[in-house]
Amino acid sequence: MPHRLKKFILLAGLVVIAGMQTGCDTVKPWQRKTLADPTMSGDLIPLQSAFNDHIYFSREMASGGKGVGGGGCGCN
Amino acid sequence: MNTSLLKKLLMATLIAGTYVTALAAMKVGDSLPDLTGFKLEGNVPDSLKGKIVILDFWASWCGPCRESFPAMNDLQKKYGGQGLVILAVNEDEVASDMQDFLKENKATFTVLRDAKQNLVGAAGIQTMPSSLVIDGTGTVRFVHAGFYGDKTRKEYETQIESLLKK
Repeated sequence: MPHRLKKFILLAGLVVIAGMQTGCDTVKPWQRKTLADPTMSGDLIPLQSAFNDHIYFSREMASGGKGVGGGGCGCN
Repeated sequence: MNTSLLKKLLMATLIAGTYVTALAAMKVGDSLPDLTGFKLEGNVPDSLKGKIVILDFWASWCGPCRESFPAMNDLQKKYGGQGLVILAVNEDEVASDMQDFLKENKATFTVLRDAKQNLVGAAGIQTMPSSLVIDGTGTVRFVHAGFYGDKTRKEYETQIESLLKK
């Protein structure tokens, strides 16, 4: 690969990555009001979830694996 | 600019991007910054020199924060006369959320509002609620992440009493 092309690709990569990183941000612990709302819970009706889990387990011989990271209040 | 320098820059950008959101949290031994610089709403005490300060960060949507209020009221009652100052800093984005919360949960200690979330950002809080116990010289002596009912309440009491003895 010609030296100038390699240099151009590296420079372009640098610009693209630096540009994309401005879009990277995490929700801060004090900004979780919307996530903390009960309606945001994946387990809104615990009894219904328990029924579903029971059926899932009896059919699939497996359970769990529904958790999603980063949701909820983030308290404590 | 040569390619090896570009490669290094590329790596540095990638690594910086990974850590840029990880703010440095305030820890034991740090000094409390001047609170007047954070544009807090409410009555910020003029001087905290010689006072034991609990700087608590809370929000209306946070369940454990609700539990912490009666405990802080008790601490204020028990140690307020001995130089304890509780500053509960609210982090709600909407002021009415805080006001509604305070109607249900009376506070006998000082409540401030960090509307621009400057102070909580500077403190690098990792969970809600969190609090810093600060001694008379303005040094952070204990850090609490979360509120766990009686366990945290007892920890506060032990810590305040250890600071009062000095």
